[in-house]
Amino acid sequence: MSIVGYYLDLALRSLRRNAVLAALTVVAVAVGIGASMTVFTLFRALSNDPIPEKSSQLFTLLIDNWGPRAAIPLDLRLAVSYADATALLQARRGLRQSESYAINVTVTPPDPAASPISASGHAVSADFFQMFDAPFRSGRPWTGTEDTSGAPVAVLSAQLADRLFPGQNAVGREVIFNEQSWRVIGVLRPWDPQPHFYDLIFANDDVFVPFESALAHNYNTLMAACNTPPPGPSAQAKKASDCLWVNFWVELPTAASVRSYSQFLENYTAEQRRLGRSYGPPPAYYLYDVRGWLTRQHVIPDEVRLATFVAFGFLVVCLLNAISLLLAKFTARVGSLSVHRALGASRLDVFAQCLLETALVGAAGGLLGLAAMLFGLKIERLMLGETLAPLARLDSGMVAITLCVAIASTIACGAYPSWRASRVPPALHLKAQ
Amino acid sequence: MLQMTNLSKVYRTEVIETYALREFSLHVREGEFVSVTGPSGSGKTTFLTIAGLLEEFSSGEYLLDGVDVRKLSDTQRSRLRNEKIGFVFQAFNLLSELTIEGNIEVPLRYRRLGRAERQRRTREALERVGLAGRARHYPAELSGGQQQRAAIARALACSPRFLLADEPTGNLDSLMARGVMQLLQELHSDGATIVMVTHDQELAARAQREVHLVDGQILDLGARLGAQGAVQLNLQPGT
Repeated sequence: MSIVGYYLDLALRSLRRNAVLAALTVVAVAVGIGASMTVFTLFRALSNDPIPEKSSQLFTLLIDNWGPRAAIPLDLRLAVSYADATALLQARRGLRQSESYAINVTVTPPDPAASPISASGHAVSADFFQMFDAPFRSGRPWTGTEDTSGAPVAVLSAQLADRLFPGQNAVGREVIFNEQSWRVIGVLRPWDPQPHFYDLIFANDDVFVPFESALAHNYNTLMAACNTPPPGPSAQAKKASDCLWVNFWVELPTAASVRSYSQFLENYTAEQRRLGRSYGPPPAYYLYDVRGWLTRQHVIPDEVRLATFVAFGFLVVCLLNAISLLLAKFTARVGSLSVHRALGASRLDVFAQCLLETALVGAAGGLLGLAAMLFGLKIERLMLGETLAPLARLDSGMVAITLCVAIASTIACGAYPSWRASRVPPALHLKAQ
Repeated sequence: MLQMTNLSKVYRTEVIETYALREFSLHVREGEFVSVTGPSGSGKTTFLTIAGLLEEFSSGEYLLDGVDVRKLSDTQRSRLRNEKIGFVFQAFNLLSELTIEGNIEVPLRYRRLGRAERQRRTREALERVGLAGRARHYPAELSGGQQQRAAIARALACSPRFLLADEPTGNLDSLMARGVMQLLQELHSDGATIVMVTHDQELAARAQREVHLVDGQILDLGARLGAQGAVQLNLQPGT
């Protein structure tokens, strides 16, 4: 057994010898870890980079097409007008670009006995799937030509495809949306970027159809902000309005392409002003990458930030308690540690032994804290709204983070009691043993 | 072997300085059995803990086996303590959570000896003190005399250059005390160097040389068995 193995053996014996104190310390760590990590799970999910490989290359934008008499300030708007989105799409100044809007459809299952299903999704451009790295299980995305021609083709989520065509390949099959026939050309693998960055309001995606096809089939928008009333309620009517309802994303892979695109937007908005349209003064646009967009949209609510702060404060309080308990524990061991010193242990040996014992307490506290977290997350899911509840879940990353935080924080807290224990003059305690 | 020259240990507070040892000089040669006696508060324990490298001193010089201990770091002192010194305490100081075997292995672990070597030394030490059959017992399962024998075995297993014994029979009845004293004398006969602190004049008299401490200073009572002892009187005028 190496010296570290020997320290481990001594630590386990020490914990068993003073089991009540050890258990209290473990519980103090577990309560703090359980509470803080439960809240942090939500915070982490909300602050997650949903597409880390490309988040600095994907941009969404807002254009001030309302001018000075705007009903809503530019920095509070969420989308662009159809006219602007279509113009930008046709200009093709980015590597890839996509328009999108959220849709709801009623799906008639192939099985005549089955009831219709309500499904949500997005009408998107052809580049959408490649731009956002949406993974295909089978089939393919539609082409630009299919998009612009309004072809009735669709891509389904794995979940919807398996529900409609259990045990079969859905590609090539016909599906009925809103009593209209569409042909399935692709099925995605399970794909659920968190946060749902390309549409932070409508986050369920079981159905994707081409943007122009959705409009041709008069699939209405679920949300629009208008400065002047549109000529009618339909999506077709909104096409000619100044209403903002289209999310526009563009892929700009290099800093040069971002600069070039910004210049293009400058020119575009200036041109609109020259044509007499009431576009705002320059710069009449905002360009956000994924992180910037999530920040601007306050994806992490202030309540969650505050709760995270409070929860970590609680962890600190629990760890301070753990420090007191560890001090008491090592004080109780001082006689035994003095014997070790007399028999050849250096201060460093004693410090290492105590720190290892602390790490064991931290690991046990972390494991118990995980159990507390599972309970805490269950409560959290019940308390949170429908949008946030799915984020309160324990994944392998969170398990690793929890154990690391538990062990690291306990070791940090145990450093002082361990140092104190290593500095105790052994001579004082050998006589009294 | 052990040479202390003009060694002082002072405990200082804001208002008072207390000398536990003052200008203390002692030379213990290889193979000697020296007893250190004196009244309570005379500095016996301070001498022992300094000799055992468990405490630092304020001034003077201490050479252990030719090594000036003042210049050593804590790690070096710990290694030197492990390699050169064996302790026998009044309270035995066996670790209750370890078996007798486990207790004897503690200093061998810090010496980073391999398992086979540790086991060999443990077995030999236990045989030497007559506890070979008690290796797997816990200290609480042994009598006081047996515990002290186990503590001596722990010291012997390291083959120390000398044994420091602090009131080794202080917690034992007279029968057990005789047994332990007999063991120490046997070890001395086999060549061990022993320094024993005791307040028991009868036990002290059984050592080869007796050093009497008063107020942190030595009153050497001279060699009893031959003239090997290095006699040093450091009495201050008026003491």
